[in-house]
Amino acid sequence: MKKNFFIIIFFVFFIFPNNSSAYSNDPKQFITEIVNEAKKILVKTNSKEFKTKKLSKIAMKTVDIIGVAKYTLGHHRKKLNDDQTQEYFALFEKYFLKVFAERLTDYSEPKIEVLSAEVANPKYTIVKSLLLATDKKPEVKIDWRVYTKNPDKPLIRDLIIEGLSLARAEREQFDSIIKSNNGDVTKLFVSLKEFINK
Amino acid sequence: MLRKFVYITAFAFLLQIGSAIAGSTGSESLKKGSSQSSAPECFEGVSRAVFSINHALDKVIFEPVAKGYRAIPHPIRKGTGNAVDNLRSLLTFSNNILQGNFSGAANTAGRFVINTTVGILGIFDPADNFFGLEDQGKEDFGQTIGYWGASSGCYFVLPILGPTTIRDSIGLVGNVFLDPVYQITHNTEVNAGIGNQSYSEHNYYYYRGTGAVDFRAKNIESFDTLEETSIDLYASVKSLYLQNRNKKIMNSQSSIETQDDSDWEEIDTN
Repeated sequence: MKKNFFIIIFFVFFIFPNNSSAYSNDPKQFITEIVNEAKKILVKTNSKEFKTKKLSKIAMKTVDIIGVAKYTLGHHRKKLNDDQTQEYFALFEKYFLKVFAERLTDYSEPKIEVLSAEVANPKYTIVKSLLLATDKKPEVKIDWRVYTKNPDKPLIRDLIIEGLSLARAEREQFDSIIKSNNGDVTKLFVSLKEFINK
Repeated sequence: MLRKFVYITAFAFLLQIGSAIAGSTGSESLKKGSSQSSAPECFEGVSRAVFSINHALDKVIFEPVAKGYRAIPHPIRKGTGNAVDNLRSLLTFSNNILQGNFSGAANTAGRFVINTTVGILGIFDPADNFFGLEDQGKEDFGQTIGYWGASSGCYFVLPILGPTTIRDSIGLVGNVFLDPVYQITHNTEVNAGIGNQSYSEHNYYYYRGTGAVDFRAKNIESFDTLEETSIDLYASVKSLYLQNRNKKIMNSQSSIETQDDSDWEEIDTN
């Protein structure tokens, strides 16, 4: 009896959590698994809070948030000291998760087909997918920029919707805010805080 | 006659400006990504003010109209959108030819003939469904002069019409000359009962207006989400507009071809 108890504990705490959080290292399969997981969350019966919480967890595991944060700030990050850099990363993570959840929670039971993967270079693979049309919305092509520098742990770095990079749009927003404040990066922090607390 | 003179003068004037801004890039091949997807501001303060007015007009007029249009049954909306796209393909055909894309022109012409006849004035799309002629995307004169090598010039926002660049504003004027629908509706005069009233000018504006409402209705949620998730909506729209124009000029559906990886390389070196 005691032996069985330890076996159960072992499975519950060590085996199952690892299985549930491990994604494939093949970029196409990696995206397919994320899409399937998101589909289960984005059902009509789930509350927005539940969807936000669950989607944020997926994003934390599958998106290179620090990489995207660096890209989004571009050359301005050279102006930051170490403390400011850490503050920026923390703010960006909250900002990113809020944007990510808000963009996705409006979709109820989306029908997404993962179509193919194309290796751009050793560091990046582009995975192509299609959000199928509904009565209200047209079909949308979604490409996922997957960072494959560590082939055992692919990470998402960008979503390219109908050929338009969301990371690039974010980068240009941040650049515009900084430039309109005479290059003061801390003004971007203020805008990020306002958005997070909105 | 006077109107034509004004158009031609404006067109010639804008081409001069365009050439100056385009510089010597005419023979250069298009570059990927960042350099082509960004443009300096012509007059940012004015553009932001016009953008705010357009945004307010959208909230008060265009979005409610688009939502009303959404209430129409889907098959009717789809047929309307198809018919508008079918007429719009005539402008695409002219620009396919100007870009030397003759296979694209043949595809566009084939689709137009089949959809106008078998597809009952373009309401249905048998060209794609039964003849394998897929829609290869819209072309306009702004894309054509971009394809020829002209750079975008600076960015600004037009009242009602929205974001544009010097190159694309030249394109808007060029479209007037190249669009058979515009020419037919504006040059068919009704004199002493001779002529056809159904080709009169206002039909052109109905057609363009319907296309705009159809587009807005298809993107209600996308616009709302963009608005909710942007900390600088003006900059977001500018980025997406320029990226979209760049992608269309490159005539490519591949993200590997249209996206610039060098920006991403930089983050791995620091």
